[in-house]
Amino acid sequence: MSNTDFALAVEDLTVSFDGFKAIDDLTLYIDRNELRVIIGPNGAGKTTLLDLICGKTRASAGSIKFKNTELTRMAEHKRVRLGIGRKFQTPSIYENLSVFQNLEVSFPKGRSVFGALAFKCDDEVKAKVQAIASEIGLADRLDTEAGLLSHGQKQWLEIGMLLMQEPELLMLDEPIAGMSARERELTADLLKRICQNRAVIVIEHDMAFVKQIAHKVTVMHQGKILAEGPMEKVQADPKVIDVYLGH
Amino acid sequence: MNFIKASVQRYQLGSLLLLVLLLAVVLPLSLDIFRLNLVGKYLTYAFVAVGLVMVWGYGGVLSLGQGVFFGIGGYAMAMFLKLEASDPITTKIQSTPGIPDFMDWNQITELPALWLPFKSLPLSLALVVLAPMALAWLVSFAMFKRRVGGVYFAIITQAVALICTVLIIGQQGYTGGVNGMTDLKTLLGWDTRTDSAKYVLYYVCVGLLVLSILLCRWVQTSKLGTLLLAMRDKEDRVRFSGYDVSNFKVFTFCLAAGLSGIGGAMFALQVGFMSPSFVGIVPSIEMVIFCAVGGRMSLVGAVYGALLVNAGKTLFSESFPDLWLFLMAALFIGVTMAFPMGLAGVWEEKIRPWWKSRRQALREAAVKPPATPAPIAPAATPPEPTLTEPTLPDGVGSQRA
Ligand SMILES: Nc1ncnc2c1ncn2[C@@H]1O[C@H](COP(=O)(O)OP(=O)(O)OP(=O)(O)O)[C@@H](O)[C@H]1O
Ligand SMILES: [Mg+2]
Repeated sequence: MSNTDFALAVEDLTVSFDGFKAIDDLTLYIDRNELRVIIGPNGAGKTTLLDLICGKTRASAGSIKFKNTELTRMAEHKRVRLGIGRKFQTPSIYENLSVFQNLEVSFPKGRSVFGALAFKCDDEVKAKVQAIASEIGLADRLDTEAGLLSHGQKQWLEIGMLLMQEPELLMLDEPIAGMSARERELTADLLKRICQNRAVIVIEHDMAFVKQIAHKVTVMHQGKILAEGPMEKVQADPKVIDVYLGH
Repeated sequence: MNFIKASVQRYQLGSLLLLVLLLAVVLPLSLDIFRLNLVGKYLTYAFVAVGLVMVWGYGGVLSLGQGVFFGIGGYAMAMFLKLEASDPITTKIQSTPGIPDFMDWNQITELPALWLPFKSLPLSLALVVLAPMALAWLVSFAMFKRRVGGVYFAIITQAVALICTVLIIGQQGYTGGVNGMTDLKTLLGWDTRTDSAKYVLYYVCVGLLVLSILLCRWVQTSKLGTLLLAMRDKEDRVRFSGYDVSNFKVFTFCLAAGLSGIGGAMFALQVGFMSPSFVGIVPSIEMVIFCAVGGRMSLVGAVYGALLVNAGKTLFSESFPDLWLFLMAALFIGVTMAFPMGLAGVWEEKIRPWWKSRRQALREAAVKPPATPAPIAPAATPPEPTLTEPTLPDGVGSQRA
């Protein structure tokens, strides 16, 4: 397949679990510096799509290219090192470590065994942790054990751990699940800030939130793309109203 | 001064210092050489238990085959000692003088190629560490790259232990079979069976154990240690943060194997023989019990665990040999159910808080009466000694643990 200017080019992607096609011949392009929101009813295959991109699930067919590098056969950690960060649907942080340690461990240096042994938490790392912590609003909680944070703060922490790695493609699976109205607003602001200089894919159910942040919306249904475009256009699409908004 | 204080705290040197005090001063002064040699033997198992703290406690991977690495280290040392004990003069009645007696009994007429490296002490010492690590690398690389973990990994390590015992017992001519390697006498001409040699070997053993603990402590406090804890909690998060998770597991497994090998070598030196009964499934599980009893998150705890369980074993198996196995099983189940963090956990969670609250109460009681009179100078000095004094009973208590 030819090279493109897209940050991410997913073409003819298919994955089947025992014959059930969770992603079915799906094609999707994400621009550099774009914030894309993917919506769709439960079981549409949104999480599975992210799994395929980050390597948690192997594709049955098709191609995934990140900055024109084919990903489908690449090991997970190598995809991360290329610049792909992914937040899981349920906040996935190290509960027993402090907020500081959670961020420190995510710093993209000392990733080999001996690199990790020799790794020093120097001023550069500390400054970075401090900067990210204030970005995600946890600057005064650095010494707190991460397990003690509220659900919303855990979501932020995981986003912060990804930001430590300066990913060029950031994929967030339901980042505002379990957040209060105030926390949602803060998260919307955060997303608007962090989508500068990188592509962001957000999976979300909350329409009000989607309207607030999206550049472009993709609607998925049964492993396929049903509609794509600005929020107003998608919302007016009769197919979408049929399967999703009327859902 | 501050630097020393900081590193004492960082590497938890306080508890290690107490352990050294116990092993290097208290025990040698209070035990005769026969008992001390027994303690030395128990300490060789502590190497394995310390390794298990890294693999199981920190890495979250249970291995039920650590006896294999202990055995390989032990055999590597024993093979060197056996060759030295089989010089042509002492073995002149054999049909082939100059080779170990069991080879002669098995109609082997030439030293097998496998044995050649063990003619040299430096090579043998290197193999004590490297041979277990090589096998550990082979097993763990194959398993962890395929993401085999948990129960399956434990079963595989059991299988490895079983295969090793069968091999050792089956290849009598090369290994000495069930009897193992006996009659180990001298190390470069130095008789290891004398009392003075036993003292020296005991102290070498303690020294190596302390170095091993320091090495592990350093690994724990590095980023690698943090990563191990992170992996145990959320392996996928670590993987999707750009780390090749399997490499870290392979490293800890090899580290533990190398330490176990050192333990095995010290065993062969101090006890004077090596046999397959220290390689198989049962000893491997026993070593997990030492670690569990001591506390699988505590390096120092693992040493106490090895000492205590073995002391108990010696005590009980002398009087009720049949009961010991059941008692050991009960101990294991009891400890893991009631105190999942072992003795070290009891110490951290129960005894220390209790002691602190008592100390607090004592201090408050002591502060109240002098609060009425006003002399400033005398009142200001006493708190200093009271601050240092309580740490003493504090320490004595830990030796009990
Ligand atoms: N490993 C798997 N094995 C079998 N089926 C799977 C697997 N992973 C996902 N599926 C199925 O694929 C379909 C898509 O699931 P997915 O989690 O991607 O949906 P989703 O769009 O993220 O839904 P939600 O909004 O509930 O998070 C579901 O029907 C699910 O049962
Ligand atoms: Mg989902």
